[in-house]
Amino acid sequence: MFPTILFFVFSAVLVCAALGVILARNPVHAVLLLVLCFFNSAVIWLLLDAEFLGIVLVLVYVGAVMVLFLFVVMMLDVNVEEFRRSLAGYWPMAAAVAGFVAFAMINLIVIKHLGGVALKAAPALAAGYSNTRTLGTALFTRYAYPAQLAAVVLLVASVAAIVLTLRRRSGGKPQDIARQVAVRARDRVRIVKMASEKRT
Amino acid sequence: MIGLAYVLALSGILFAIAVAGVFLNRKNIIVLLMCIELMLLAVNFNFIAFSRFSGDISGQIFVFFIMTVAAAEVAIGLAILVVLFRERSSINVEDLDSLQG
Repeated sequence: MFPTILFFVFSAVLVCAALGVILARNPVHAVLLLVLCFFNSAVIWLLLDAEFLGIVLVLVYVGAVMVLFLFVVMMLDVNVEEFRRSLAGYWPMAAAVAGFVAFAMINLIVIKHLGGVALKAAPALAAGYSNTRTLGTALFTRYAYPAQLAAVVLLVASVAAIVLTLRRRSGGKPQDIARQVAVRARDRVRIVKMASEKRT
Repeated sequence: MIGLAYVLALSGILFAIAVAGVFLNRKNIIVLLMCIELMLLAVNFNFIAFSRFSGDISGQIFVFFIMTVAAAEVAIGLAILVVLFRERSSINVEDLDSLQG
């Protein structure tokens, strides 16, 4: 019973935070509410016995992706009020589409298709079940090649992000290591032989 | 007991909110990206719920890959956004019409 109450509490907070994300005037507030969304989702995933993914959601999404969002939002410094004023007319259409999507998903799929099966509890886990161990075993045996592909995707993404945002400033004084190493003494110091002069 | 229907309904509501967000914020690319993140989160809910209720770990593996691709997408998307803002001083979707003839 207690997990169910927790589920409903965190679901309510999750839905409210998601509404806040799309309605917030300030994008910084939207990002912070999205962080709240991810935290609540992580808790719900823990309740669904997906411990590893719950922790990964907090570490990767909150720790990396949302911080990236926050950096970019603060860097761009956009005037949002202007956006908002021009968008006031869109809400009936948004509500209609969202209502249709929610209706389709909940009524057609959950109620009509799944029927009574859907309210039963999940099958019990075996004694000594470890979510992380099971996930790791599957990831590095059956899904070993997809895992490597995912690694390549991440590598390409990080290289692409760096290349896209790299900017060469003019007038900077960067080091050129190759030239520094290749320099020879005779390029810098000129030894001049000359006769010594009498002191006057 | 947390039934499968509860999680699927939550996921449906979350997805609908994200779709509404795409409609409401159709000019601001940053909020559009955040709405896409919300959609991916809703999809991940479905995967995890079905994985738990069918006793098959493959659904969670799929969530793992979705998160990988989403992280890559955000990194590249935000990098493009930064370059765009540097060029145009605007992230309004309606200003992005330089490919029109």
